[in-house]
This record gives sequence, structure tokens and C-alpha cells, in this order.
Amino acid sequence: MVESIVLSGVAIGCIYALIAIAYNVMFSASRVFSFTAGTLGMVGGILGSLFILRMGLPAWAGFLLALAGGALLGVVTEIVAVRPVLKSLGQHLYVLSTLALALIVQQFAAIEWGTDAQPFPRLLDIARGAFDQQYWLPMLACVVTIVALELLYRHTLVGHAFLAIAEDNYAARALGLPERGLRLASFALAGAIGALAGFAGGQLLLAFFANAPMLTFYGFVPVALGGMGNNRGAIVAGLILGLFQQTANFLVGGIFASVAVFTAFIIVLLAFPDGLAGASAQRRV
Amino acid sequence: MTEASTAQGQPARATQWGSGAISHVLPFLVLLVIGLTLPLFAGGYWGVIATRACVYWALVSGLNLLVGFAGQLAIGWVALLTLGAYTTSVLAAGNVLPALDPYLALAIAAMVGAVLGLIIGLPALRLRTFYFAITTLGFATIVTQIALAWASVTGGGVGVPGPVFPPPFDSQWGFYYFCFAIAVVCTWMTMNVAASRFGRALTAIRDAEVAAEACGISKSRLLIAVFLFSGALAGIAGGLFASLQSYITPDAFTIELSVLFFIGVLIGGRGSILGPLLGTILLTVLPEFAAPLVAWSTFLYAVLLLVIVLAIPGGIAELLDFKSRRPLHSDRAIVPRPELLRRLLGEREDRGALTLEQVRLSFGGVRAIDGLDLTILPGQVHGLIGPNGSGKTTTLNVISGYYTPQQGVARLNEVVLTTLAHHARAEMRIARTFQTPRLVGEASVLENVMIGGTIDGQGSFAESLFSLPRHRRDEAKLRESAMLALQTVGLEPLAGVRTDRLQHSELRFIEIARALMLRPAFLLLDEPAAGLSAEEIRRLGALVVAIAQAGTGVLLVEHHADLIFDICHHVTVLNLGKMLAAGTPAEIRSHREVVNAYLGG
Repeated sequence: MVESIVLSGVAIGCIYALIAIAYNVMFSASRVFSFTAGTLGMVGGILGSLFILRMGLPAWAGFLLALAGGALLGVVTEIVAVRPVLKSLGQHLYVLSTLALALIVQQFAAIEWGTDAQPFPRLLDIARGAFDQQYWLPMLACVVTIVALELLYRHTLVGHAFLAIAEDNYAARALGLPERGLRLASFALAGAIGALAGFAGGQLLLAFFANAPMLTFYGFVPVALGGMGNNRGAIVAGLILGLFQQTANFLVGGIFASVAVFTAFIIVLLAFPDGLAGASAQRRV
Repeated sequence: MTEASTAQGQPARATQWGSGAISHVLPFLVLLVIGLTLPLFAGGYWGVIATRACVYWALVSGLNLLVGFAGQLAIGWVALLTLGAYTTSVLAAGNVLPALDPYLALAIAAMVGAVLGLIIGLPALRLRTFYFAITTLGFATIVTQIALAWASVTGGGVGVPGPVFPPPFDSQWGFYYFCFAIAVVCTWMTMNVAASRFGRALTAIRDAEVAAEACGISKSRLLIAVFLFSGALAGIAGGLFASLQSYITPDAFTIELSVLFFIGVLIGGRGSILGPLLGTILLTVLPEFAAPLVAWSTFLYAVLLLVIVLAIPGGIAELLDFKSRRPLHSDRAIVPRPELLRRLLGEREDRGALTLEQVRLSFGGVRAIDGLDLTILPGQVHGLIGPNGSGKTTTLNVISGYYTPQQGVARLNEVVLTTLAHHARAEMRIARTFQTPRLVGEASVLENVMIGGTIDGQGSFAESLFSLPRHRRDEAKLRESAMLALQTVGLEPLAGVRTDRLQHSELRFIEIARALMLRPAFLLLDEPAAGLSAEEIRRLGALVVAIAQAGTGVLLVEHHADLIFDICHHVTVLNLGKMLAAGTPAEIRSHREVVNAYLGG
């Protein structure tokens, strides 16, 4: 029993962490939190099921196409919902524009894909039980993403440029960095990571349109608790969230587990508004 | 009365207010008449639609104060509709307690809604915008899940019957009139709040939070009142919704419904009552005309939201605001009338001197202020000059409480300021202006100035809701002194104009007028001459001198050395957070180090 709680807790925690990373990658490039983060996960799951199960494409092709779909949605988010409102960040219009886009995609999926949860394919028929795809795939996806992001940020020029933009937008632009192009690339990257989360969690969460708001919420919890833009914090907080949720699920049952998670989230957030690892900044007048 | 003719300086305000009030109220009267006579020309089906619009409006009117006025993005407000619906239904049906009278059940739903509204809202006082939006969404999901799970009370997925109100409200049109009456009362109450010092303070929190605090507005106290009120209205709307549906299940309370309410406010436009009212009617009626598209309705709402945010952020209210499209006079001048200051400021008790003692403040390794002593006396203009980064604005911010010094204190007489809440400075009659003017762009000039006098109102939020005598007295008094303040700074011809249409120099004088509304013992001016023409600087100087002569101590941070030397009684020169020199303008002008470091020799 403990084993299955830990396995599913870590697996779902990895999915939340990936969505949190998608939030962070978008945030670092634009100072904007986007409601489309969970939608990306939903899109990854549905596209995976669509390409592999319904259209019969090979798994690797379905996987790549699903990631490409997520990246495309990321780019659309940047162009439609983020770029036009960046000038007036203070008015928080991005909250509304990204919410609108998330709803548009979610409703489109509900109508065209259907409102029932649909099955997600088994990619490799190698093992059951503890090594079931629903456990190993999210974990693998999470580890690969972390390693790849570390390599990107530490060892490539583009990665350094991403960091520069995240650190100080104006200074980076003054240095001649193509800020717009990098922002667009960040959103594409975030889109692919979000879709990866949904694809990897396909067997656990199924291809279901309502995963969008669920992942938008649970994916934000690690962002808030780990500190904005802090990927390491997000991974730790994501795993804690997954384990806490699955334990509560086992102990008190699904609905009260949600209540427990939500209550804990609010209390922790009120106590540490800048996250458990974050530092507060003094306001500029 | 056109702006063009008032701009000539003819104070024909009585007629201006009169016609303004009629054109303001007219659309509401038209809606009232249509609503009252609806059964005469509309069939039963439209009665249901109209009832639904009234129920939605009961909720949206309260949400409007929260979203449209206070700028709090409460997306998941449907949680309160759910709670109100179940509270009323369960109490009226008597599943747990003996069955209650439906009216009593509705009243209890209002109270429960107020409490939950407060609980959902409280995180807004501590969290950033997006965080708050997410938590309200989380609440909405949780409440629906609880309704589904707590089957012994809520009937779970099977649901419970909604309450039935006794005759004459049991018939379709009877119930319609019941809901219509409630909607009218909601409209009236929110209009009263919107036109009160509380409504203006909410917009100030939304658009200029720092300035709101400087005016003594306590964000938390005000928002708590609005959360309670808005929650109560949503609870009532829930009870009516349950009765209209006649049977409720958790499926009825979707996030889509929440988004509909939210979009209703935004389509209407921020800071308006009429706009969101029309928006709500539009969103309720629209699906009836697009029956084949009913599956796509949420999709279309979302598209509408996106279009509005990107194309017309001002919403319907801005489209209807014909007055603000008329061009303003281009050759207008600011002509202050300092002689009115005595009347505006009146007799004030002597509050002693404002002092800083050995204040030290560093940001990381940078010493912004390094052991500063300063004494500002009533009735004197105290200049604070120095190169960029020498700690001038930081000094103001220490006095205003935005920075807490690591050492030393700021005192007014014997009271230590540095430990007080930000908004408590206004009670001590310390007013300030900002380097970049912080005003509510969508409000009129007069309203912006009235915000400065918020703390002098006597009436409570509840009194404003019902427009009781004390509220009306407050408003009349605030309006009168705001007009006087505008005359004093020379901007009264622009009183009714939207503030975001004015020039930069005019915004600076509006900020001074707003600060004067506090009848300040001390006035902190942060580069008031920046961006002004030479003539305007001269007039500003005369005004500042007159303010000091009327007994107010002025701390003037400025780069225009001429202005400083012309009007200051005492000048302090800062460099790298330390006092470089202090004395009369004549002494400073001949101070060798100052001339070298700053004035240029």
C-alpha cells in the first residue's frame, strides 16, 4: 500500500512539477503567469491519444507531434495573449487574456474531443506493477527535462541569453539580445514541456479536457510554494504536493483530499506569500 | 454645459451637475420602466430569461465592486452562488434542521455568503494578483466537490429541490417581480457605494495603491467590507437561483458560470455600474438568439473576453462615454489662487515639528541614507537637494513609511512614525505627492481630489449603502472642499474631466490639491516642478510659499535649484545619503563643497 502511494505520489508530483516548470519558463521570459499552463498538459494528453490511438501513428511520431502541438500553443499564447498586454503589466490584463485563451482551447477540446475521459496508449509493453508506464514515464520525463534545462541554461549561449532576460529584461535588451525572439522561444519551450507533462501523465490522467483547469491549479501550487521562477523549488514542492495528495487520498478519500490539499496550500501561502524558498522584495515607490 | 465653455472659467457648476445627473440616471430609468412593464409585452419564456438576468445581476452587482472597482480578480465567485443556493435550499427543505421559512433561509444564505466571501477574499490582502485569481478558482472547485460528496445534506449528485417562496411570489411573474425588486435594490446600493468615498477609495486601491495609503485609506478594512457585502449579495443570488432552477445539482455550478459573471463585469467596463449591468443582460440574453451555438457559448464568451481585453479594455462603459470624446481646450492654463488656502485649510492645531534622528537605511550593500538628521518646522519650506541617488526620495519614503530604517526614527512631535502602518500617516496630517503622479486615470479630476479627504468622512460603509444622511453630508462636504482645493490650485474648470486626458503638469497640481484635502500639518512634495514650464514653476513656487504661510511645514525635494533658493527657508543638501550642508539658501549658495559637488562652479 505504502509502495503504491509513494509511486503514484511521485509520479503525479512529477507531472505537477513539469507544469510548474512550464509556468516558470514563461514567467522568466515575460514576468507573466499564464493560465494556459495546465491547458498545455491537457493538450499533450489529448494529442498523444489522438495521434497514436485514433490515427494509429507510431508512438515516437505521436510523441513528437504532441510536443510540437504544445510548442505551437505556447507560441500562440505569446502572440495572442501576452505580447499585446506586456506594455501594461501593472493592470494585470495578462490574467484575463491568458484565462480567455485557456478557456477557448479547453472548450474547443471539450466540443471536438468530447467531454469524456478517453484512454491513453501504452507505449511499451514491458512491465506491469511498480514499473507500469503510468509511474515510470512521468518520472523519466521529469528527470530528462531537468537535466536538459540545466544543460541548456549552463552550457549553451541561448541558455545564457534566457537567463539574462529573466534576470533583467531591460539590460538584456540594451546588450542587443533579441528579447522578442527569446520570449517567443521560451513560450515554445514551455509549451513543449507542458505537453510533455500531459503526454507523460497520459495513463494516469487520461486524455480528458477537464485536466486543463486541474493542472492549472495543481501545477501552480509548486510555483507558489517553490518561489516564482525557481525550478528547483518547483520540483521539490511538486513532489511534496504529489505525495501529500496521494496520502490524503488514501487516508480520507478523494474529495476531502482535495480539500486538505487546498487548505494546506492556502495556509502555507498566507504564511509565506513569496514561497518557502523565496525572498520578499521591498516595494519601490 | 460643455467643457469648452466651463473652461473659460465660468463656474456654472449647478447646471453642470444637474444635467450630468439626469443623463447619468436616465439609462437606469429606462431599464426600470422596461423591467416593470415586461409582462405586458413579453411571453412567459422571456420572463424566465429576465428573471435569470435579475438573479445574475444580484451577484454581479456585488462582484462589480470587487472586480470593477477594487481590481481584485476574483474569478471563482460562483463558489458563493453554490453556497447560497445550497444553504437556502437545504434550510427551506428541512433535510437537516426543521424546515425554515424561505425568506429566513434566504437571509441566512446572505450571512453565510458574507462569511465565505470574506474567507475567499482574505488571501487578496496578502497575495499577488495571479495567486489570488488561482485561489478563488480553487475555492470554486472545492465547494462544488463538497456539494457532490456531502450527500446526506446536499443530496449529492441527485440534488435538492430549490425553495418555493409563498404567494404572491410563487407564480412565474410573481417570482420575476421579487427578483427584479432585489436587482433594483442591488443596483441602488452599489450605485450609492460607487458614488461614496468608499467607492472612490476602491478605485484608488486599484490604480494607485501607494497614493491610496498616503491618503489614509486602509486597504484591508475597506476590502473586508466589500468582501462581506459582495458575498452576501452572491448568497442571496444563490437562493434565488435555486428557486428559479426549482432543482439544483452540483452540475449547475460550473466554472463557466463563474467566468460568465466575471466577463459580465469586464464587458461592462471597470468602475462603472451601468456597463456591467448591460453586460450581464447581454450575456444572459445572447445565448437565446444563438440557439444552434449553445454548445459553443462558453467558447464564445471566452473569445469575447479576449477581444475585450485586447481591443476595448474600457468595455461598454467606455463606448458610452461620449463626454470624454469631446476635445479639451488646448490653450488652458493653471492659475492657482493661493488666497483661498486659508479657507481650505482652516484653523489647525499645532502639531509640532517633524524630525528625523540619525536615520540609517541600506539596500544590500548600498547605504541609501547614512545617519541623517532633519527637522522640518511648521510654516516653513524645507528644501532637500542633492544629486541623483543621494537619498532624497528615500528620505520621503522613510517618513511615509514605505521603507523602515535599520536605525534611527522619524517623529512627529513625540509620536514615533516609523512603527506606524502606512496609512496612519494621514491621520497625523502628513500628506505627500509622488515623483510620477499617482492618480486614478478613469476617475474625474474632482473625484481624484475627493480621494484626498477620505479619512474626514464620518459615515460608515453601511450608511453609504443606504445613502443615509451622514453619507450625504460627507459627500456634500467632500465635494465642496474638493472644489475649493481645485480652485486653489487653479484647475476647477477641469473638475469633471477624466483625469487620464490631462497634461502632465496638470496631474502634478491635482496631486497637490489631493494632498491639501488632508489639511496637512506637513506636506512632502517629491519633485513637483519636474516637467513644468518656467511659468508653471513660478506659480507652483508661489503656491508652495502660500501653503507654508498658512501654517503647513513643507518638505520639498527638487532638482530645480532656482526654485529651491527662491522659496525655501532652510535647505539640506544630501550626498551619498549623508548631509553635505544645511542652512539658509544664501549660506548654501556660497558653500564651497556644495557648489563643487552639485551646483557646478
